[in-house]
Amino acid sequence: MTPELISEHGLKPEEYDRILKLIGREPSLTELGIFSAMWNEHCSYKSSKVHLRTLPTKGPWVIQGPGENAGVIDIGDGLACVFKMESHNHPSYIEPYQGAATGVGGILRDVFTMGARPIACLNALSFGAPSHPKTRHLVSGVVAGIGGYGNSFGVPTVGGSVRFHARYDGNCLVNAMAVGIAHKDQIFYAAASGIGMPIVYLGSKTGRDGIHGASMASAEFDEDSEEKRPTVQVGDPFSEKLLLEACLEIMQKGCVIAIQDMGAAGLTCSAVEMGAKGDLGVTLDLDKVPCREKGMSAYEMMLSESQERMLMVLRPDKEEEAEAIFRKWGLDFALVGETTPSKRFIVRHGGDVMADLPIKELGDQAPEYKRPFVHGVKPKEIEAETVQAPVGIVEALEKLLATPDLCSKRWVWEQYDHVILGNTVQRPGGDAAVVRIEDGPKGLALATDVTPRYCEADPFEGGKQAVAECWRNLTAVGSKPLAITDNLNFGNPERPEIMGQFVGCIRGIAEACKALDFPVVSGNVSLYNETNGRAILPTPSIGGVGLIDDFKKSATLAFKRAGETILLVGETTGWLGQSMYLREICGREEGAPPPVDLTEERENGDFVRALILDGTATAAHDLSDGGLLVGLAEMAMASLVGADLSPAPSDIPAHAHWFGEDQARYLVTVQTSDVDGVLVRAKAANVPVWAIGKTGGDTLTLAGERPILVTILRERFEAWLPAYMAGQL
Amino acid sequence: MKAAVLVFPGINRERDMARTLRLISGRDPAIVWHTETELPSGTDLVVIPGGFSYGDYLRCGAIAARSPIMDAVRIYAAKGGLVLAVCNGFQIACEAGLLPGVLMRNARLKFVCRDIFLKVERSDTPFTRGYNAGQVIRVPTAHGEGNYTADADTIARLEGEGCVIFRYVGPDGTRDPAFNVNGSTNAIAGIINERGNVLGMMPHPENHVEAAIGPTDGRGLFAGLVEALDRAA
Repeated sequence: MTPELISEHGLKPEEYDRILKLIGREPSLTELGIFSAMWNEHCSYKSSKVHLRTLPTKGPWVIQGPGENAGVIDIGDGLACVFKMESHNHPSYIEPYQGAATGVGGILRDVFTMGARPIACLNALSFGAPSHPKTRHLVSGVVAGIGGYGNSFGVPTVGGSVRFHARYDGNCLVNAMAVGIAHKDQIFYAAASGIGMPIVYLGSKTGRDGIHGASMASAEFDEDSEEKRPTVQVGDPFSEKLLLEACLEIMQKGCVIAIQDMGAAGLTCSAVEMGAKGDLGVTLDLDKVPCREKGMSAYEMMLSESQERMLMVLRPDKEEEAEAIFRKWGLDFALVGETTPSKRFIVRHGGDVMADLPIKELGDQAPEYKRPFVHGVKPKEIEAETVQAPVGIVEALEKLLATPDLCSKRWVWEQYDHVILGNTVQRPGGDAAVVRIEDGPKGLALATDVTPRYCEADPFEGGKQAVAECWRNLTAVGSKPLAITDNLNFGNPERPEIMGQFVGCIRGIAEACKALDFPVVSGNVSLYNETNGRAILPTPSIGGVGLIDDFKKSATLAFKRAGETILLVGETTGWLGQSMYLREICGREEGAPPPVDLTEERENGDFVRALILDGTATAAHDLSDGGLLVGLAEMAMASLVGADLSPAPSDIPAHAHWFGEDQARYLVTVQTSDVDGVLVRAKAANVPVWAIGKTGGDTLTLAGERPILVTILRERFEAWLPAYMAGQL
Repeated sequence: MKAAVLVFPGINRERDMARTLRLISGRDPAIVWHTETELPSGTDLVVIPGGFSYGDYLRCGAIAARSPIMDAVRIYAAKGGLVLAVCNGFQIACEAGLLPGVLMRNARLKFVCRDIFLKVERSDTPFTRGYNAGQVIRVPTAHGEGNYTADADTIARLEGEGCVIFRYVGPDGTRDPAFNVNGSTNAIAGIINERGNVLGMMPHPENHVEAAIGPTDGRGLFAGLVEALDRAA
């Protein structure tokens, strides 16, 4: 073993020393490959584990927290919701279509491996500045890839978020979330049990694609990152759909003891995890592995990331039945090994032992680092009075609605089949998607959120805000938020300032999750999102799931009819620091982000949810990017019903009132006859509520400003992304 | 109604279709696997649902059209049995020779999932008796290859013989290229064969049948079929 070979495998000299000590000899090349696959950042979480342990992961409704293929929560009626979000950032930058497609494929497999039928997908996408020469190509490829996989597989993609910022120029982020429904007593896990049990390989054949994919995703990019294209896998949604049906069928027939999908680090990772989690050894015979081509070496087979494959511990008496099901679906089914009492991971090929390693140390006892971290200096708060308004209120609104981050993302979500399965109650474009569970009446609310510019300015507040905004979005459709999956995207953890961002965000997420009873049940960490030393904005994407007892009661953001009263829930101070207004209108990315008061979040949210569920609120919308006036415009554009708005209070500058991004706020509409009653209830609940206007007409009308037609706002809102993608901007 | 929903590997809207048939007819359809060589006895409606049969890796529908069950469907259709072919099903029906023409890549080259408006050209077919001629209905599309094309003679014959059943229009029923979602010739969204017993269409009426979920304009198609079949029985 030369130092070059060791370093090419992404292993540090001290990690190699650890290997030598562990096995008492020099590893074979196959063994070195196996260590590199298991001990890279992507698979081992070696830099993040110590911090992830601080996240709240429990609750009476949590069936399975982090550590399995996906998280599982109880949603009543004997059903469970299985969900997770995972990144496919590095591959998507190198090869956007296949990178994004296999990201979707991987997360879907994580969900149906546990026995759940996928019912919805979401995503959170971050791209570089629109002016960057690669951005258009990446948006186009990533969106087509997500659609190409999900549409063919047959799951609706119901929601998500898309943002642009120059800090993603060299590293786009593709975070894909999948949600499935399983019977509570039919959840399948990865931990093997029983000695001498047959291990079966299922699905597609193994090829030479994706070798070292996980290691690639555990390093920074440089000028040569394009050369890593062969490490990107190729997706086959058709095979995955067959694999889904075949897996659910064998699970239902009771053939499965344990099952694990082959994702990152393929056969290696799935076999080791099944053994390590079950405290058992595993022996694999690679001569039995179905291969796409002849002459593949043990090294290649163990590191291939060919897609649409599963590994299963089979009930021995069910072999014939299980094989017949797989043959019916035209998929490979091969006995490739067995469980052993030895706690060794043994790989045979062509009669030789190619690897013989201790399985626990490979799996759950991989290295763990307490990397040094420093917290950045907190930026100063910006007093609203010190920010001059460069343009009038109406002009600022028109501009903001046509910015890349606030404009309509219809161009994106119309490429995703969002109606298949016939359960999509609220389609993309609202605060959260709502999907009916089976034949109802229950529904799930789903959303993904994070505000990276807040996280960059203040990781702790930003982490809190990401969770709080997700909770708020789920609340704004009337659901009770239950749990989250977190997808933590950061730069190089070996830099203390990046590690400081990570630690800060985790602390914020933990605090918000505790305060809102909103535990983390699954997640994924993506580090080294960095090119030539320039890191992405810290981006802890939060995917949330909420439950509504009757989906017909869910609220939408569209104004329903003229003559209703618009209520603003929550305190408005005119917080302009890190606001979209400050960035897009004033050209300043500065200041402290708005602080999140979690008690207020909870009180205000519970109040709004109650108004929705008892039918008092006729429309509801949470306030976030762009503030109050952008929120009002979104409600008007969704219905083409206008509004007449009261003037800003005298103690706040008008532009800060309309565009400040204070947290814990919602807009709701109620019938005017209900206003007094709602105000009394608000007072009793200690929730600040103001009537700020009335719906009606075809314009947004602010006191003292020129009225603006809602149709014109909508044109601007809808125009930017299609024009940009057509190369007209 | 005794419906049979065909399933080929990669079909993915069979559940949507089965649920809608159950909802409107009160009966569960038979689910028929592609390797079968016969339809269940007494079948009076064959449905070829949407999806990506064989991944659409060859021409859409080309492989499924050569499945064993399609021989049975051809015999059944030749005897006048009703066939409803939606989305990938339409593509399969064209490839199987049950309907003329072909569905090409959308003119704007992208997959489009969007509610669109269809003008119902005729109400005197078993598939459209639940609508009025000239009525505009709102149903979703979800496809990347729905651009209907045929040679000029075929198009002229389809138009001349009243075989065009659905056309993409604006909400007010007027023809406008902006609403021709995939660039189909003459904005054709659905056609029947000469005999009038096989309907192929790209949009998904089966996804717009429940008021609690959204618009219900798709109901007319299924309710009309139930009525037609009950009358025949």
